[in-house]
Amino acid sequence: MNWLWSNLDLVGELMLVHLALSVPAIILSFVISVPIGWLAHRYRWSRGVLLSICGLLYAIPSLALFIALPAFTGLSLRSPVNLVIALTLYGIAVIVRTSADAFDSVERDIRQSATAVGYSATGRFWGVELPLAGPVLLSGLRVVIVSTVSLATVGAVIGVQSLGSLFTDGFQRGIQVEIITGIVATIVLALGLDALSVMLGRLLMPWTRRGASNGRAAAARRVREETA
Amino acid sequence: MIEFRGVTKQFPDGTVAVHDVDIVIPPRKTTVLVGSSGSGKTTLLRMINRMVDPTSGQVLIDGTDVATVDPVKLRRGIGYVMQNSGLLPHRKVIDNVATVPLLRGESRRAAHAHALELLDTVGLDRSLADKYPAQLSGGQQQRVGVARGLAVDPNILLMDEPFGAVDPIVRAELQQELLRLQEELGKTVVFVTHDIDEAFLLGDQVVIMQQGGLISQAASPAEILAHPADAFVADFVGADRGKRALHVTEVDGRRVVVDADGRAAGVLAS
Amino acid sequence: MNLFLDAFAWLADPANWTGPGSIPQRIAEHLWVSGVVLVIASAIALPIGALVGHSGRGREPAVMISGGLRALPTLGVLTLFGIWIGIGLAAPVISLVILAIPPLLAGAYAGFESVDRRTIDAARAMGMRELQVVGKVELPLGMPIVVGGIRSATLQIIATATLAAYIADEGLGRFIFTGLKTRDYGEMLGGSILVILLALVIDGCFALTQRVVVPAGVRATRTAELRSRPTRPRTVVGRPNTEGNQE
Repeated sequence: MNWLWSNLDLVGELMLVHLALSVPAIILSFVISVPIGWLAHRYRWSRGVLLSICGLLYAIPSLALFIALPAFTGLSLRSPVNLVIALTLYGIAVIVRTSADAFDSVERDIRQSATAVGYSATGRFWGVELPLAGPVLLSGLRVVIVSTVSLATVGAVIGVQSLGSLFTDGFQRGIQVEIITGIVATIVLALGLDALSVMLGRLLMPWTRRGASNGRAAAARRVREETA
Repeated sequence: MIEFRGVTKQFPDGTVAVHDVDIVIPPRKTTVLVGSSGSGKTTLLRMINRMVDPTSGQVLIDGTDVATVDPVKLRRGIGYVMQNSGLLPHRKVIDNVATVPLLRGESRRAAHAHALELLDTVGLDRSLADKYPAQLSGGQQQRVGVARGLAVDPNILLMDEPFGAVDPIVRAELQQELLRLQEELGKTVVFVTHDIDEAFLLGDQVVIMQQGGLISQAASPAEILAHPADAFVADFVGADRGKRALHVTEVDGRRVVVDADGRAAGVLAS
Repeated sequence: MNLFLDAFAWLADPANWTGPGSIPQRIAEHLWVSGVVLVIASAIALPIGALVGHSGRGREPAVMISGGLRALPTLGVLTLFGIWIGIGLAAPVISLVILAIPPLLAGAYAGFESVDRRTIDAARAMGMRELQVVGKVELPLGMPIVVGGIRSATLQIIATATLAAYIADEGLGRFIFTGLKTRDYGEMLGGSILVILLALVIDGCFALTQRVVVPAGVRATRTAELRSRPTRPRTVVGRPNTEGNQE
């Protein structure tokens, strides 16, 4: 435990560095994948293509992508930007399917009635489809948050500083506490960002607050009514 | 003969679905359990093949308490037809019909041959045998469901709102088909519905149930219309209004039957 | 593009294709370790997931475990077991098993859960025993999702097995770490290309399998309903029926 008390500064600093790597990647992948998901939802022909590309991207092992990417971008292997790009790509790969599903989940009746009351195509997107796709989009975002924060640590083996540096350093010097600290800090960071996103979701989508807790009870009731 | 003796069912969450029910279901007749949702009619039906066990009381088939019979054996000897047909989506029509005989260990060939005959019985073309349920219309799926229920030639056929999910025209067709089948086969049919017209059409005995699993009246349709047991039954069957409150008026010397709204329903035969 | 030339030169070098630590040997190692891990993890996670999905009991803990384990940083787990157990294959294998359990568990319970409760109810009403319900109804109908879980677990294993070369002399990841140490980008990139190809080929095989295991009757439904329904697994409504205790 001695290691931890004398290195609190280091841990704090690495947490900030870790945030600086993962938060831009999370935001970028969310912002980019929403329109892609919408395309996949809107145009059937594009769905297969877009989802297949994402599937392939997702299949690529992270370490290999970190190393192959500079060959395309010309960036240095140890550049944090390289890592952010790679994490963003993974984020997109994870969330595009969810985002297509999110738009699919908006009921046709609602979309048609929005058109019927006079929404324009863009107005309908911002005013109806996006907010109603919100809950499913949020669930996708939460997955991306957890996976990105965890994945960012892998960058440490190619020399990009993050909480992952505690793993490589701890492994080389044989300090168990350092590695455990790194694991705990990573999880804390992931859960913290996750909680933040849930709070943000409640703030932006107040209509989801009540339904969530009653979901199961309501479902159980429905089943009983059906069979009784 | 199926007999309910003081049967009560209370679910773990406290809901009483069936309350102290005594009733006799005569053999080779159709008994229809009718009531709105929450009246416990499905629960009552499902106690016959032990899909639900009563909290207290007994269910007897030909004098044997079903609680003493292995539920799986019991179910394999009782036909069951449910809403949305309950067919296995990954099996062809023929395999769906042959499911229970195969479970009972009949040879595949015999089970399939019998299944084809059953398709004839329920009025389905044999060419449908190799289709999957999803490739059939709702009415056809329901017929397959009936064929499956008949596959082991059971004495008892339980039908849980079997025609609830099909459109009115197909429903009328299926109802007539069931009447024809029943004429031919003479099974002990227990039929659940929330549609009182369907109950009166199909039932030799109609059991009217109300909220909380109480039986309001069990009698023949004519008896119920003539002497509704209480205000609930009268209201439920609509004895005093709409299509049922018929009376006779004279039009040009002929006696015409009109309903409560004054619409002509028919001519009285003299 | 120079960098790719280096990589291809490394890949084309016959010296890298024979002897100890050669490309074929590393590929074989990678596949061997991944296979062993997949078998062990499946033996643990699939029956538990199936049981949870079948009975509906223990769903909350299963969701928590599969969700919680996902937040574990793989490198942290690898290095921790590396220190505890030391050199050799035991450390990577154990960590890989732990990391492969969440997707397998999630796939298994989601697959079993996704089966329409009415279909299961009908199967029971016809007189199927519990094991028959599982084997003849739930397993075939839930199979595509179960295989989906095995697919993502396998990808995860292959990726993490690459990373595991950091703590053990094993698999294609060795080329990456050797290249990093000697600053030989050609070797690093060549190794990465091999890993990527391996992952894509295996993913492709799973994509095919996943198609094949969709029961024909279900495929008929899908084409009919594709327009109106997303193919996401249905969330389950209510509790499944247990004998004599039906809600």
